[in-house]
Amino acid sequence: MTGSNRLSIVAAVLVWLARAGPVWARGPRGPGPADWIGIELEAVMFYLLGGLAAVCAVGCVLSSRVVRMALFLFGALGAVAGLYLLLHANFLAAIQLIVYAGGTLVVIIFGIMLSSASAAARYRARPAEKAAGAAVGLLLLAGLVTAVGRIDWSEGIAAAPSAPTVDGLGRALLTTYLVPFELSSVLLLAVMIGAAWLAGSGRK
Amino acid sequence: MTDLTGACMLTGALLFAVGVAGFLARRNLITIFLSTEVMFQGVILNLVGFGLRHGQLTGQAFALFLIVTAAVEAGLALGLVVLLFRRSGTLDAEAWSRMRG
Repeated sequence: MTGSNRLSIVAAVLVWLARAGPVWARGPRGPGPADWIGIELEAVMFYLLGGLAAVCAVGCVLSSRVVRMALFLFGALGAVAGLYLLLHANFLAAIQLIVYAGGTLVVIIFGIMLSSASAAARYRARPAEKAAGAAVGLLLLAGLVTAVGRIDWSEGIAAAPSAPTVDGLGRALLTTYLVPFELSSVLLLAVMIGAAWLAGSGRK
Repeated sequence: MTDLTGACMLTGALLFAVGVAGFLARRNLITIFLSTEVMFQGVILNLVGFGLRHGQLTGQAFALFLIVTAAVEAGLALGLVVLLFRRSGTLDAEAWSRMRG
């Protein structure tokens, strides 16, 4: 399979996701048995994808090899992109796959390769450090879960949100959030220069 | 429409807690960085969930800025990690514990 062939398949899948997302996530309109099934399917899909994301995250943190960790992170990113689709955030799901899975993860793989002499080496943490990390993580999780569990989420739901679209998001970015939008582009420029300088400074 | 906010919060809490545990427990600098990415995912999921709950685009807009920040962080952090590796030949976080500030 040629490279351009593969690229076009990926692009087709992305376009399909962006278009198909709202249709099946929203479910048929109006009350009825089909609506009920749509609602149930939404929740079931959410828990399935959330479970997948959680399993991948745990695998990412626990696995001993860095490359395997990166692959687990890729799984978690994909699952979270699916969650975004279920949450009517189609544009964000596409951006997640393009920027995170396509960009950030590639940068991570490059970082691993550039320090490859030590990629195979394993840095053993002391048992005390592992115990401390696990304890803090569990404590935080317990606190957050009890806090979330106490809230009655059925209260005060906004009237069926008018499915947020790419159109609305683009308008918001160029009106309400114009300043942070421009600031982030300046930030990207600064980081591009900074990263190039960092890469050059090690060579002298 | 089912309300998925609670499920969103739980998934986000789980991702964030797992990331914090990995951040504290691991020694490899790249591993620590990957843990922060897992934490980012939890936070962004919360933002999107609350944005949907209130029927606003604010959550998604902030999520976009967070993704930009995460990409920026990835570029700089990995540049620094590679630089540190060239200098000391190790990725162990302990090797840099003599830095005091």
